[in-house]
Amino acid sequence: MVSVNNNGNSSSLVQVRGLNKTYRRGGEQIQVLQGLNLDVDQGDFVAFMGPSGSGKTTLLNLLGGLDVPTAGTVAVAGDEITHMSSGKLTEWRARHVGFVFQMYNLIPVLTAYQNVELPLLLTRLSKSKRRQHVETALSIVGLAERMHHFPRQLSGGQEQRVAIARAIVSDPTFLLCDEPTGDLDRKSADEIMALIEELVSKHGKTVLMVTHDPVVAARAQTTLHLEKGVLVEASRSRENVTAGGVA
Amino acid sequence: MKFSRLILANLFRKKVRLLLTLGSFSVALFLFAFLAVVKKAFTGGAELASARRLVTINRVSIIQPIPLSYRDKIARIPGVESVTHDNWFGGVYQDEKNFFPQFAIDPENQRKVFPELIVPEDQWNNFLKDRQGAIAGARTAERFGWKIGDRIPIKTTIYGSNSAWEFVIDGIYHGKRPEDDETQFWFQWDYFEERVPERLKGLTGWYTVKLNSPDDALRVAKTIDAEFANSPYETKTETESAFAASWVKQFGNIEFLILTIGSVVFFTLLLVTGNTMAISVRERTGELAILKAIGYKDHSVLLFVLAEASAIALVGGLLGLALAILAIPALGTALNGLLPNLILSRSMVAAGLGFALLVGAASGLLPGIGAMRLRVVDAMRRI
Repeated sequence: MVSVNNNGNSSSLVQVRGLNKTYRRGGEQIQVLQGLNLDVDQGDFVAFMGPSGSGKTTLLNLLGGLDVPTAGTVAVAGDEITHMSSGKLTEWRARHVGFVFQMYNLIPVLTAYQNVELPLLLTRLSKSKRRQHVETALSIVGLAERMHHFPRQLSGGQEQRVAIARAIVSDPTFLLCDEPTGDLDRKSADEIMALIEELVSKHGKTVLMVTHDPVVAARAQTTLHLEKGVLVEASRSRENVTAGGVA
Repeated sequence: MKFSRLILANLFRKKVRLLLTLGSFSVALFLFAFLAVVKKAFTGGAELASARRLVTINRVSIIQPIPLSYRDKIARIPGVESVTHDNWFGGVYQDEKNFFPQFAIDPENQRKVFPELIVPEDQWNNFLKDRQGAIAGARTAERFGWKIGDRIPIKTTIYGSNSAWEFVIDGIYHGKRPEDDETQFWFQWDYFEERVPERLKGLTGWYTVKLNSPDDALRVAKTIDAEFANSPYETKTETESAFAASWVKQFGNIEFLILTIGSVVFFTLLLVTGNTMAISVRERTGELAILKAIGYKDHSVLLFVLAEASAIALVGGLLGLALAILAIPALGTALNGLLPNLILSRSMVAAGLGFALLVGAASGLLPGIGAMRLRVVDAMRRI
């Protein structure tokens, strides 16, 4: 269950409190996020929408420990990440976050298998265990037969599937998807969204996704709207009801 | 090891660029090896020189002779074990290109003073009995295909008319160490003395003095020069290494020249590979950002870049050194004995590899630090 702008539930998977982010551009201070509160439970699928520059990607970066807030806190599964050192934050990301980006961002000189294996190289898993995990992840995204193909030998949709396999292979706490269908045609986008839905419904994953596309956002359980750095609206897409009296 | 596939895959990403960078390393390391070998050839004499030997020459110049009568006086100085004398012949064998050093030697003392140059006993005994006998260094004998018993005509360019002196090869000497000079040609002093013009009889080019102990070097050198001070033939005595070093200085400051060329090569290579690595890292900004996003630490990214640069340096360096190992003997032959043995020693190969790795690591360091400091959010914004 997603809760916005109230104290929420202290047992939520993701707890955001008073989150501010200010950038300095030239001599000007630009406040991207303003005192944002958010609670996301295990198994939620949340879409963030909003116009360009509204702070969607900045929020995702802060939730994923890629950036640090100007003020406020982010806690995930009880770990407060906002005050972690850069090294600790990197370790935390490896354990807890799976990233899916708009441009897939696969390493072009590695095969699909090798790309998916990358996060596992940081673990102490044996080669055979790694193989097992990679094959499972590629099976989930339906690309087991193409594991030895290079990214250039795959379609955009297939590349994004490999990127999703890379994101889930280490069984992270949650997935952060930044415009995962932004570079795909409608059919491929539908397939990717079906896959993400399956990860939520069948595998119990928690997914936080940024998108411009209302059709894609409609596939999420909850859609939150960001405007000028403030969560102004939440709408129920499916069964999960937004709580806390927002919108 | 588990990251080796990632490093290798990145190395082979741009094959033409990889080949060109390997090529630049190979050429630089070949040049490094060549310069090291030439420097060693010039300065090796000083390094090989015995600390127990002194060389006495005419104080004016080595081309001015000194009397043979000095020999007994030098031999009587306390601390002197033995003395031998030599004279430069400077002859031409068949063609001026076929240069090799020829000396009239004192057979009685030659082997006492230069025990590191070995002549088989039977060959030496034949040489002693043969007035026209000669001993050739193994490299010179091999170069011209000489065998024991061959008659060798050498034209004199200094003594008398432009006539040929005939010698018989009675022996071939080898050095105990690989670096020892095996290009010399020795012949009997008596044969030399008999044929030189009257005005040169009773004179020699220089003395080589073997000491009981290297500790006596300074004292004995001073005593020798004091002994002949204010005579028509004043002497200058110095250690064999100092003599060899001053001989090399006649060619100019070889060490400085080699150091300068080497430095230019080093910095050019550093700039070329540094630029290549910088381009390579810049091209992969997004990929490096992804690695960091999924949990690779800053120092891991730095190590990947350094490993790539070092791998290029190592392979390129090995290729260059292998080329040098193959080419340097041929080069020595092509130089027609103008330089002593061109030997690429193990220490030079090790130094070359060290040099290559140093350049590789240095060239990868700045781009690696850039990659290490890369902020994921900034890099993702640039994609």
